[in-house]
Amino acid sequence: MATTAVRGSLRILKRMPQLTYHCYSQCPRLPSTGSEGAFQIITPFGAAQQRHFRTTYRSNGQILPFKLSDIGEGIREVIVKEWYVKEGDKVSQFDSICEVQSDKASVTITSRYDGVIRKLYYGVEDTALVGTPLVDIETDRTQEGSPEEDVVETPAVSHQHTHQEIKGHKTQATPAVRRLAIENNIKLSEVVGTGKDGRILKEDILNFLAKQTGAILPYEGDQQVPTPAVRTTASVTSKPDKAPVTTYPTAAAPRPVFTGKDRTEPLKGIQKAMVKIMTAALKIPPFGYCDEVDLTQLVKLRMQLKGLAESRGVKLSYMPFFIKAASLGLLHFPMLNASVDEGCQNITYKASHNIGLAMDTPQGLIVPNVKSVQTLSVYDIAVELNRLQNLGASGQLGTADLTGGTFTLSNIGSIGGTYAKPVILPPEVAIGALGKMQVLPRFDAQGDIAKAHIMSVSWSADHRVVDGATMCRFSNLWRSYLENPASMVLDLK
Amino acid sequence: MITRTLCHMCLGTRSHTRWLTLRFHSTLTATFADGKAGTIIKSVSTNIFENLALEDWIHDNIDLQKRSILYLWRNTPTVVIGRHQNPWQECNLKLMTTMGMPLARRRSGGGTVFHDLGNINMTFFTSKKNYDRHRNLSVVTNALKTLRPGLDVQSTERFDILLNGQYKISGTAAKLGRSSAYHHCTLLCSADRSVLSSVLKSTYQGIKSNATPSVPSSVKNLFDEDPTLDSETIMTALASQYNMEFGFDSPIYAVDPGEEECWPGIQNMAQELQTWEWVYGRTPKFSVCTNFDVHGLSSSANITLNLDIKNGIIENCVMDMSTEWLPKNVSEEFGSFLKGCKFCPNEMAMLVAAFLRVTPLGEYSSRMYSLCENVIARV
Repeated sequence: MATTAVRGSLRILKRMPQLTYHCYSQCPRLPSTGSEGAFQIITPFGAAQQRHFRTTYRSNGQILPFKLSDIGEGIREVIVKEWYVKEGDKVSQFDSICEVQSDKASVTITSRYDGVIRKLYYGVEDTALVGTPLVDIETDRTQEGSPEEDVVETPAVSHQHTHQEIKGHKTQATPAVRRLAIENNIKLSEVVGTGKDGRILKEDILNFLAKQTGAILPYEGDQQVPTPAVRTTASVTSKPDKAPVTTYPTAAAPRPVFTGKDRTEPLKGIQKAMVKIMTAALKIPPFGYCDEVDLTQLVKLRMQLKGLAESRGVKLSYMPFFIKAASLGLLHFPMLNASVDEGCQNITYKASHNIGLAMDTPQGLIVPNVKSVQTLSVYDIAVELNRLQNLGASGQLGTADLTGGTFTLSNIGSIGGTYAKPVILPPEVAIGALGKMQVLPRFDAQGDIAKAHIMSVSWSADHRVVDGATMCRFSNLWRSYLENPASMVLDLK
Repeated sequence: MITRTLCHMCLGTRSHTRWLTLRFHSTLTATFADGKAGTIIKSVSTNIFENLALEDWIHDNIDLQKRSILYLWRNTPTVVIGRHQNPWQECNLKLMTTMGMPLARRRSGGGTVFHDLGNINMTFFTSKKNYDRHRNLSVVTNALKTLRPGLDVQSTERFDILLNGQYKISGTAAKLGRSSAYHHCTLLCSADRSVLSSVLKSTYQGIKSNATPSVPSSVKNLFDEDPTLDSETIMTALASQYNMEFGFDSPIYAVDPGEEECWPGIQNMAQELQTWEWVYGRTPKFSVCTNFDVHGLSSSANITLNLDIKNGIIENCVMDMSTEWLPKNVSEEFGSFLKGCKFCPNEMAMLVAAFLRVTPLGEYSSRMYSLCENVIARV
């Protein structure tokens, strides 16, 4: 038994000369790892031998209790408020482990070691005593110094949980640098560290990448990672050279962040709502009908009225006109302002024209509606729209505004596009999508080419209760009101 | 006191690194390279998120082993809750929304406070070894007593400062990291007390939570005691006393927490502090149990609503009705529809609208609508 142990140790000693030196030079206080059951040899060489034998197996790493260090001011106990890790999680040195609170002071406890969390000694809201173990961490190589020592001073970037297993020799890098490496699929063991003690710095990663791709990387990607202050100078990188990057015309779109791996997450509240609505909408057999509208006259009218509306404190866009014209059309075609029940047995002709406006907000797609448009003037509608837009932008729309719609218009053209295939929102039976307004050449009444402001419109309707001819006639009426706004005056109620 | 405007500050404070950092960042002025042990800075911003982000930035990035910093800042009206508090329990969120008042959650512990320009905030940054809250508070009380010798201000065991033995004029909170710490406290100079008392009163009923509760106290402004005590005078006195107490001789530097060039990464930190996930989502698990009457066209019922909320998201929603006012399967379906929804009136309204669209309710539509309105009103 003893001979095989010695032979095994000698093999290991040959393979890891560094480790031998490490272990021998320390005064090791062997932490007890009860499960090992190995007996302790007192002589230094024997102790080192013992160490080596243990460390050949990765799973049989040392389990070190990480104690709650002194917080100061004579505080003896704290309340554990939040755990950032759970049993089985891998942690790196300087990662945040938990948050404790004592007497109006909130303390972030960071890990002293790299390893795997094996045991949490307290639950949330438990009282923890200073000096007692908080967690057990299983490490897969020997740690310097005694477990009771306080954590080293190099600052951690809080709230980042970067776990990267480092196989083989110990690689020093802060969590921010490790994350950058993970994001770019770089093994830290392949990067040459230029910091203190061979520590890998952010610049080392960037240089490594530059060599690989042959180009200087754009700086914007780094902006996500706050630069921690470190002792060595070269790592204080607040502004590396900005690379000449071609800018694409993505005005409002967020920059995609390439993380290199798939990400699955459950659908949250609002997304779930969208799924439910669209699944229900699938039951409706839609037909589409598209047309184009010449808004040249409307453009002139709006120019005249814009100033007047602003003097009353209201922004006047084209939407109030579109909405009012739709309502005037619905007076002649009440079929389109109707609702069918679940089994399509009964149809209800709604008295009130509550015209919904599809709105794109940070929370997702919502459809607030303007109530009783048949009783409102164009100016009233503009006021309502302003109110709904402000509430939508600040996330304050209530149930009253979001429910009760009978007909919907979607102004997708404000973002872009011409023709669309809008989905009917149950329990309605029709919807219209307005494309963008373009200045195009058209023949006028004299047969000459003239500038015209053209907008396309795409309608969808429930073919179970609406037929093509109805939709066509409604669209024509709506179009005629907009192409000749003066005619709206005759029919305004 | 000389107030110098700063554009750039450099990181790293060790003497052998200072020289190299200057070479690397040739545009940075060497304010922190002056080798001084104490620095006083004052924020030019009154945006709570920018100011809190600067606190975090200094805590994370500046080496405080041999240097201490005093940071003075004020904000436009806002409510700030402690790290582990429950905003629904602590303040009147509906009133704040109508007033356009933001809510912020700081990273230190402690209770809820109201900030406006009549309230001074000061943060004492030190190494963990030099962390001493009572000493910091003595700086405040001595500064005030030097300004007005007869003033009765005293710090307490709980790290408050009382005026005339009964009115709280200052509250404290602290944050400790691996090797450095900060202790910040407020000082009521001329805050709007009527707004303070109305926003700090929660209107929510039936909340059961383990979150750190605030201890309400009667407050008074220093301005009410002595009208010559305004914020600027007090801040200058605080800076002098700080220098005197710790043996420093720093002037007050004006800093802008919005400058990304000086504080790389600070914009992201300020953004993070404004996300719903941080402000509301960090609330410890809590439950709401409330009871109300709903009225239909010709009938009414009494409803008991039970909600379990974790990370600000509804985990469980159960409605008990006194009579079969709505079919049981409908109310159960509504309860499960709300699971996974943020405990936020806007998102709940959106989900309710979707529910009403897709669920065939027939004669129960108006009752369901009434129930939904009542539920959202209680958020």
